[in-house]
Amino acid sequence: MKADDTGLLAREPGETSYLTAGTTLRSWLLSTDHKRIAILYAVSITVFFFIGGAAATMIRLELFTPAGDLTTADEYNRLFTLHGVIMVWFFLIPSIPATLGNFLLPLMVGAKDVAFPRLNLMSWYLYVTAGLFTLAALLLGGVDTGWTFYTPLSTLYSNSYVLLAAFGIFVVGFSSIATGINFIATIHLLRTKGMTWMRLPLFAWAMYATSLVMALATPVLAMAMLLICAERLLGLPIFDPRVGGDPVLFQHIFWFYSHPAVYIMILPAMGVVSEIIACEARRRVFGYQFMVYAMLVIAVIGFLVWGHHMFVAGQSPFASMIFSFLSFVIAVPSAIKVFNWTGTLYRGRIRFSAPMLYALGFVGLFTMGGLTGLFLASIPVDVHLSDTYFVVAHFHYIMVGGAVSAFFGGLHFWWPKITGRLYNENFARSAAIWLFFGFNFTFFPQFVLGYLGMPRRYHEYPPEFQVWNVMSSTGAVVLAVGYLMPLFYLGYSLLHGERAGDNPRDATGLEWATSSPPPQHNFHAPPVVRSEPYAYHDWDEAPGDADETPQTDAP
Amino acid sequence: MSSAPILVEPFEEPERQREAMVFGLWLFLATEILFFGGFFFLYAVARMQDPSGFAMGAARANLLLGTVNTLLLMTSSATLTVAERAARSEWVRGARWALLGTLALGIAFLIVKGFEYREDLSEHLFPTMPAFPLRGIVGATRFWSFYWFVTIVHAIHLTIGLGCVARLSWLVSRGTIARRWMVAEVTTLYWHFVDIVWLLLWPLLYLVGR
Repeated sequence: MKADDTGLLAREPGETSYLTAGTTLRSWLLSTDHKRIAILYAVSITVFFFIGGAAATMIRLELFTPAGDLTTADEYNRLFTLHGVIMVWFFLIPSIPATLGNFLLPLMVGAKDVAFPRLNLMSWYLYVTAGLFTLAALLLGGVDTGWTFYTPLSTLYSNSYVLLAAFGIFVVGFSSIATGINFIATIHLLRTKGMTWMRLPLFAWAMYATSLVMALATPVLAMAMLLICAERLLGLPIFDPRVGGDPVLFQHIFWFYSHPAVYIMILPAMGVVSEIIACEARRRVFGYQFMVYAMLVIAVIGFLVWGHHMFVAGQSPFASMIFSFLSFVIAVPSAIKVFNWTGTLYRGRIRFSAPMLYALGFVGLFTMGGLTGLFLASIPVDVHLSDTYFVVAHFHYIMVGGAVSAFFGGLHFWWPKITGRLYNENFARSAAIWLFFGFNFTFFPQFVLGYLGMPRRYHEYPPEFQVWNVMSSTGAVVLAVGYLMPLFYLGYSLLHGERAGDNPRDATGLEWATSSPPPQHNFHAPPVVRSEPYAYHDWDEAPGDADETPQTDAP
Repeated sequence: MSSAPILVEPFEEPERQREAMVFGLWLFLATEILFFGGFFFLYAVARMQDPSGFAMGAARANLLLGTVNTLLLMTSSATLTVAERAARSEWVRGARWALLGTLALGIAFLIVKGFEYREDLSEHLFPTMPAFPLRGIVGATRFWSFYWFVTIVHAIHLTIGLGCVARLSWLVSRGTIARRWMVAEVTTLYWHFVDIVWLLLWPLLYLVGR
């Protein structure tokens, strides 16, 4: 029963995989196969990651010395704006959902594809179009407002290409709305027989929570960007304080999106890490239901904390108090998740594979980023630390230490499934450790800098800050080398890697029940789910060898 | 049955596919509500900060043309609903005429809107015009900023809606409308939404100053 059933799902010997189902450029660019669209996204976000990374390199080079010797103040403004815009909207937001999510979600729920395959393809084209607008703004001379586009600088005073960039962001927003709608509909309507809500893998739940935020927050960003365009293009004085407009209103609608956007970046990371830790510790996820509710609660409360970006922007003290309180509240579900990951590791049979190292790195760095977030949620501390490097360090711990680590972890974890090949585990482990070290080397000194009072977004600084800046910039070199390493060993694996079996990690999820790489229609026959996810061992026994029950088998 | 609905990947049952289309469109409408929510939020703030100036601005809005447009749009919702029901019950002739009626009413709305814009401009009711008659009145300036912004955004939505209705007409001429009436159903949902936005804008833009 066991073997036959799984065998039915994998492709037959002669059948082609999604990778070889068509080899023309057209068969890729017009494909509505979620797996191919995931690959298209992966290639494009990698390009943008290195563009954004190049800007970061320039920034850190400039900050080696206190004097402004590499760039002018204006060029520096354009560099950090470019870095922010590209990394937030063209890398982090689509990173996990549009690549791993697109590839895995239909597999995990046992569907042939996402609910609206053509909308999925359109989402990629919107992304590329938006990317071209933003690159055009960059090539013509850049934008100098910062990624936050605060008014009235962005509407009245900036002489840079705000309009093009804002329009690019407006368009890229629709690509993430399309992804969000698609994922919600897929999870609601395309779960296979037996895949009840409480049998969904946590990665699928993470995609669900993320999609809710994507669908409900992004439109508000679209409105914010459109209003900036209207003010710049038509001269409509919406935020212009000279005629009674209110520039702070822009901050409200901007952060109404952009704070939840942080959860668009971190929730998928939480999903990935839950999958990796359960599999590589051979343990059932500790407190599965709490993990689910914690993610949903984060998605909901995430909408109610935006005002903590505006403690020093002149909002009413009462509003600040409420926002501060709610920002503390949202730390509770985040902490639940950290405790549960730790609880999952307890008495597990831990394999220190590359994805596991990334996942463990994530847990540490995310905790660090989260706890420093509480400093900033507290009004008196925030007034001191606002606009300093402390803030920069805090959100890089969440977004780079958290989201990017998890993205790399997920990439390694599912690499055999996506490509059908194994990578060199030792190289991968070294890269994971190297990145963890380089990351802390880069960003920990920035906490100190911020605490000492160095403001962000300046290209010059007093000489007493130099030692910390040199540490940070040196760390950035280490980090940059670390990011190049996977290109080599994963690239090698793509061409020469050993063939992976269907389930090289002995994982339980449905995605492992089909072939690696999967056939075009994912499963040879519609799979039937007979047990909960993460059945790596019996309830009342500690994990042993090969105790796992795939979701297709009855417990 | 000759008119079994056309299935597309990844669906295997027509009922499930229809459910997904309607569900997906409602999700999209949720995003649209949040999108227009940003506008209504700014509107509320502006009106609260200078109610009398805001009303002075709103008093200059063209009530007659605004009301005519409201009637046109409400009627178009009715005709599109007729078209959808006709498609569902395979009354292709009825669907064709009701769709043409909807297209005509939608285009009429845009034409009336164009005339209204022309009149507004001849009265210099654009906040950046040197001869803007309400210069210096904070609420009135913001009213007219919103007026232009939101009516243009609404007109863009309506134009997209007209494209969708035109696609339905194309399905009629290809003879597949009866097998794809779900497309008509979701188009109708979207069209109604655009109408409801106008139904909110009509009092907010045209009746506030009266």
